[in-house]
Order: sequence, then structure tokens, then C-alpha cells
Amino acid sequence: MSFFSFGQSAEIDIVLNDAETRKKVEHKTEDGKKDKYFLFFDGETVSGKVNVTLKNPGKRMEHQGIKIEFIGQIELYYDRGNHHEFVSLVKDLARPGEMSQSQTFDFEFTHVEKPYESYTGQNVKLRYFLRATISRRLNDVSKEMDIVVHTLSTYPELNSSIKMEVGIEDCLHIEFEYNKSKYHLKDVIVGKIYFLLVRIKIKHMEIDIIKRETTGTGPNVYHENDTIAKYEIMDGAPVRGESIPIRLFLAGYEMTPTMRDINKKFSVRYYLNLVLIDEEERRYFKQQEITLWRKGDIVRKSMSHHAAIASQRFEGSASAEKALAQAKEDSN
Amino acid sequence: MADTIADTRRLFTRPQNLSDAYGPPSNFLEIEVSSPETVGVGRNRFTTYEIRLKTNLPIFKLKESRVRRRYSDFEWLRGELERESKVVVPQLPGKALFRQLPFRGDDGIFDDSFIEERRTGLEQFLNKVAGHPLAQNERCLHMFLQDEIVDKSYTPSKIRQA
Repeated sequence: MSFFSFGQSAEIDIVLNDAETRKKVEHKTEDGKKDKYFLFFDGETVSGKVNVTLKNPGKRMEHQGIKIEFIGQIELYYDRGNHHEFVSLVKDLARPGEMSQSQTFDFEFTHVEKPYESYTGQNVKLRYFLRATISRRLNDVSKEMDIVVHTLSTYPELNSSIKMEVGIEDCLHIEFEYNKSKYHLKDVIVGKIYFLLVRIKIKHMEIDIIKRETTGTGPNVYHENDTIAKYEIMDGAPVRGESIPIRLFLAGYEMTPTMRDINKKFSVRYYLNLVLIDEEERRYFKQQEITLWRKGDIVRKSMSHHAAIASQRFEGSASAEKALAQAKEDSN
Repeated sequence: MADTIADTRRLFTRPQNLSDAYGPPSNFLEIEVSSPETVGVGRNRFTTYEIRLKTNLPIFKLKESRVRRRYSDFEWLRGELERESKVVVPQLPGKALFRQLPFRGDDGIFDDSFIEERRTGLEQFLNKVAGHPLAQNERCLHMFLQDEIVDKSYTPSKIRQA
């Protein structure tokens, strides 16, 4: 920012080459607002153009070099000064010299490694951005462009169910079961609660999803818990031998994949909390960690009519209906 | 690989035993505080309440019991539970010391409406406490609810199920 109107000043603009075709996703900013950013995956090339526009045409601009950087960094809110950069790439666009007219520079960061997912949390932020800088004697001119990175996984080879018997001796024994231990973000938690012994007066039962963001190391570890969802699964008093089904659709909740010890700086983990509440508002709970992962979207091409029907389960879905309609159209 | 839709069919459950489904529940516990009676004369009067308990919980020795207790017995119970157990013990209805001052227009602590208020509060207190799994392990609670008299010089101990 220049306060003096003499001399030359410039505006920088960063434009991606595939801005027309690349998908944009919503991402929460630090102050809670939602904005759209270009979506990138690990290994993708980041290429585009840097437009440098001189504010006063005709006047020359001296500079100490123009460069563009691709940066991936972790920022802990309690330690704002220190940015931990885990990806730092730079391309020089212009050697020190003079600019007499507005110019455009091409850049390409080939097959950039983006090992972690973009994350904006309560106490930590992980972001990726491009930063174009014109170095000058008195003050630099720079422009940042944030992008969002998603990390994709495939169906885990091993995905055992969670089944456990818990309780308070002689008062309450239950057996809970969740069909998987690893769920993708649009998955459904299917489970059941089986009552083995009920000597207390239960009023209702709910299942909560808790997100725990952990920052810091050693004695300075800080956990921030946030209840993402509360879902009542039973209203009333159960007796021995009763089974209560659970069916919780995760797509309705804003969640991120499980992030474990990211660059040794922070973790984001998710827990299912089963809560039973008795007539006197006493709470009995059992917490169990689940792993969340992000599944890639697969573009479905044409599909035979039979295959479309076979792919439909008990619950219909928009994509299955679309496939059925598409298959019908194709066969006509 | 085609995009699969999640299988949301219920997990397998064993059928419930019919006697479990239609039989009496295992959590039956009913406590009533009733029949306030003022005994004694003059300045040595006090009110006792009948505490009737009905249950099928195995932790209680008697499935039906009936005892008489006064307010100071409740205070004793609350103190014992606070000290001996990790339970957050609910409050008792007020001690109402101001009602024991002289020159009142009404009957003080022997006023009908006050006794009724206190009776309700004591009943709520007992129902809250007696249903607490940790309080149920305390000897003092069982002595208060089911023994003829409260022996304040007892030895505190934990009850374990037979």
C-alpha cells in the first residue's frame, strides 16, 4: 500500500489457466464466513498468469524482482508470528529492472505435492496459497490467492465394526455396535444398542458426534471439543432384551476427514458419544473414536438399465434415480 | 467402479424374550414421603414424615419398607452422602430458621402449608438420591430408608450386591 501519490505503483492479479473448468468449493474463513475457492488435489499442477498493471500509465516502475510463490502453511492462533511452512515453492518471473508498461507473466508449478487437507479450525489454520510479489526498495507489492486442497482416500481394506459391552455394575449393561470404524463423509452410521440390564429409569438416549481439535505438544496440549451433531435415537424407557437401531446420515453435517498429527502440529479427530439420560437428568455416556475419510467423486458415464436397478438399495438416492433416468434415455 | 449407495439395513438383532418384554421392569423404585405428624409439646415439638419404599432392585434388602424420619435425619443423610460418596447431592428444602423465631403470625414450622412444601421437597430429594447408582452403594442411604432407627454412630461402608 503506498501512501504517497508520486512515483509509480502497480496492481497484481493472479489468474489460473483452468479458471473456467476447475471446480470451486466452499470453505469457512477464520471469522466464520463461507467463501468459494478453487479446489486442488495432491500432485496437480498449479499454473496461470500474473498480471501486473501499472497505475500511472507512461511512468516507469523500478523494482527489485518479481516472483510468485506457492505456499502451504500451518498457523497456530496462539502463535501468530510463526508460520510453519511445509510446502514452499518459488518461481522468479522478472529480474530486477524497470517496467514501462503493464505486463503479464506465465507461471507453472508442476505436480505440486499437497500432502494435507486445507483446514480452518478454532485454534489452528492450514492453508495453501499463491503469492505474487514485486520487490521494491521502500515497500513490496504483493497479492495472495488462497486455494483449497482436499485429500482423498479409497475404501479402506480393513474396516471392522465396533462392538462393545459397557455399563455400570448391577445398574446398567448395554452392548453397542457400529457397523464400521471408518466412515467417509457421506456415509451412514448403522448400528444398534442392545440392553442387557436396566435397573435405572432411562428417559431417552442420543448419539452425539464430537469433533476434537488438538493443538500444541507436550505439557501445552490443548483440546477443543465441539459437538457437531446431537441425534436422539430413543425416547422412553427400555427393558432388558430390547434393541434400538441407529441410522445416522453423515452428509448432513459439516465435517472434515480425520487429521492425525499433521506436520506434528495438530490433530482433528471425531468421536461418537452415546448418551443415556435418566429421569433425574443424570447422564451416562460412552465415547468411541471413528475415522472419517474423504471419498472422491466419480463421474458416472452411461450405465445399463439393469445395473442401475441393481445399484439401488433400500433407500433411494438422487444419483441412483438420475442413473435410472439416464439409462432409460439411453435405451430409447 | 460404480458409485455405491450405502447399505442402511438394520443390523441383526436377537429377538426379545417375551417375559422380558411384557414382565415387570427391573428398575421399579417408588418412594413416597407422606403423613406428617407433629409429636411432643411446646418447645420440644418436631414433625416426622413417613417414608414408604417399594422396589424390585436387588440392592435393597427389603422390597417394601416403611419408616418415620424427621428433617434433621435428612440433613444427616445429606452430610453423610456428601462426605462418603462422589455424588453431587441435591439440595434439601430450606431449613427455614426464620420460621422458628418467636412472635410470628402463623404456626411457624408447624404451619400446614410449610409442612406440605417441605414434604414435597423431601420426596423430590429422596427420589433423586435413591435412584443414583453411586448413592445406592452407601450404607447410610439403606439405613436411612429401611432401618427402624438411624444410628448416627454407625460405621460408614459401601454396600455390594449379593
